[in-house]
Amino acid sequence: MTADAAAVGLRSRSLTSRTLSRTTLGGAVIAAVGLAILLFAVTPLQGVADFLVAAAVLVVATVTVLTAAIEGRRRAVDRLATSATLLALVLTLLPLGFTLGYTAYRGAKRLTGDFLTHSMAGVGPFSPHGGIYHAIIGTLEQVLIASLIAVPLGLLVAIYVTEYGRNAFGTAIRFLIDVMTGIPSIVAGLFVLAFWVLALHKGFSGFAGSLALAILELPIVVRSAEEMLRLVPASLREASYALGVSKWKTIVRIVLPTATTGITTGVMLAVARVTGETAPVLLVVGNNFYINTNPMKGPQASLPLYVFQGAGSSSNFDVDRAWAAALTLILIVVVLYVAARLLTRRNSLARR
Amino acid sequence: MTAVSPGVDAVPLRDVRSSRRGDRAFSGLTLAAGGLVFVLLGAIAVFLVVKALPALQHDKSSFWTTKVWEPDSTGRFGVASLVFGTVLSSMLALLMAVPVALGVAVYTVEYAPHRIGRFLGYLTDMLAAVPSVVYGLWGLFFLLPHLIGTQTFLNHWLGWIPLFAGAHGDVDTFSKSVFAASVILAIMILPIVAAISREVIRQVDPAQKEAALALGATRWEMLRTAVFPPSRPGIVSAVMLGLGRALGETIAVALVIGNTFDISAKVLTPGGNTIAANIANRFGEAGSLGRSALIASGLVLFVITLLVNLIARYVIYRSGTAERSAV
Repeated sequence: MTADAAAVGLRSRSLTSRTLSRTTLGGAVIAAVGLAILLFAVTPLQGVADFLVAAAVLVVATVTVLTAAIEGRRRAVDRLATSATLLALVLTLLPLGFTLGYTAYRGAKRLTGDFLTHSMAGVGPFSPHGGIYHAIIGTLEQVLIASLIAVPLGLLVAIYVTEYGRNAFGTAIRFLIDVMTGIPSIVAGLFVLAFWVLALHKGFSGFAGSLALAILELPIVVRSAEEMLRLVPASLREASYALGVSKWKTIVRIVLPTATTGITTGVMLAVARVTGETAPVLLVVGNNFYINTNPMKGPQASLPLYVFQGAGSSSNFDVDRAWAAALTLILIVVVLYVAARLLTRRNSLARR
Repeated sequence: MTAVSPGVDAVPLRDVRSSRRGDRAFSGLTLAAGGLVFVLLGAIAVFLVVKALPALQHDKSSFWTTKVWEPDSTGRFGVASLVFGTVLSSMLALLMAVPVALGVAVYTVEYAPHRIGRFLGYLTDMLAAVPSVVYGLWGLFFLLPHLIGTQTFLNHWLGWIPLFAGAHGDVDTFSKSVFAASVILAIMILPIVAAISREVIRQVDPAQKEAALALGATRWEMLRTAVFPPSRPGIVSAVMLGLGRALGETIAVALVIGNTFDISAKVLTPGGNTIAANIANRFGEAGSLGRSALIASGLVLFVITLLVNLIARYVIYRSGTAERSAV
């Protein structure tokens, strides 16, 4: 036993100590699965999910016990840890697959061109017709206005925090932005309800929804823009100052263009986040079966709200429409998300 | 002066003045935007309090201990069962999500090959991109029927634990419950905890890990001795941020929870409620006093999530700013 090995409490292992070959391990796995099949054939146990759980438990147990017997306890614990992380991976990917897969399966039935181009005007809950045209218009307008508010404001805050705010006030703003990311969406909705709808008597409107969505979008934009601005090399700023360019022109002409790709990615992810927000919209937008293109006046429809109300309906037609709308929503979000990721690859500032 | 820097005095004085003015205007603009963040957070607190007061003044029962919600009819309402349900469902969700999230974070960083790890990271993040209303719809029509087997199993074998006890020993009644809400919440906070933990684990000094391996440690021993200790503050705050998200999640929970007002730890039996879900479910029928009462309950939720987030941020800020970018 060497001194180093003793220091970390390792037991001595000769170089020729027994190890499990891949074939033995593979055989053990097959044997364990076989045992699971046998168990489900002769006992009253049944069900695909139950079988998978039982097989997984048996495989992990067999491999661990076998390793403990031949390679020792330390190797067995190591194998167990590896199995556990793999199991965690499976448990993460399963819900993703089932959510996307089942939504695609249920939604594809109703998702037609007709569905996308018709509103619910004059369509009762027990009619098989109707569509989401009015909801798409509502969601697009609400998210667009929210972004028109949150993106410029968020950029200015990010610029202050990175370029000017090297003081207590700047630190405080950074902290508050961090805290803002944790505000539940329903609280943002309640605030707009209390402030805009009730205190200012503005009533339900698409714009009220935009205000709530902007509150949720702002901290996401600030965080991502801030991170990108920090990645702009100081040498670029210094070169600009050395040429006699003023600070604000350096920021607007040099720093921002350099960080544009990264900022755009962050904005797209923020838009994807708020597009699916239901809670604030539920409280301040109202609902509308008809097309309302004016976000400033009267209740509007929106895609997430459409899904929520269809989910709670007793009519199967409503439920089917909700699934098709949910699929539309997922497609919009996934397209935004994938586009943002592809953009990241072209970002020369990003570290990874 | 002219001899030293000939380029500078070529700029007319007028331009220097105007660019100084531009500098002042621009920095003022960004400062105002920053100040607006202060105003906004303050306004949220103030307006929630102002609009909650009418209901609180008319409450004919104790706001903190009442287990009914009838602000418009009898004037009796309170958040006792709502706060209980919110905390219970979020805690259960954490119990389910955190081990899995840590496992998947460790796998993507330490076990998977670099390219595959990055792809798995995208997939996990995708789980966070799915809108909550879609989770709600999926939970209602797919998860609830498929959970009956699990609920029956838990009740049958672990029914002696009060948490898994049945109402009348009747397994057919398992449906919208705290358990179903916790499973949905667990799925929703998993990607958040996983993503933050992943970045925190990625930032561990590779020299430490290589040193552990060089001393003969197995991969698990390397994780235990070199990776987990420096990652602990980051992981703790990841869990707290996940908790904050679970406490405030609204729509998905509203669709799969029982919407009742009793305080019961029997999570498998139909029932349960949370502050956020109650707001979503009761808002449509609420009159002016009812809305005010819902705002009052939202204020409670705001304070709870604010505290949880403050603790999470405090842990990160104390451990150094290096990890802030991850969180």
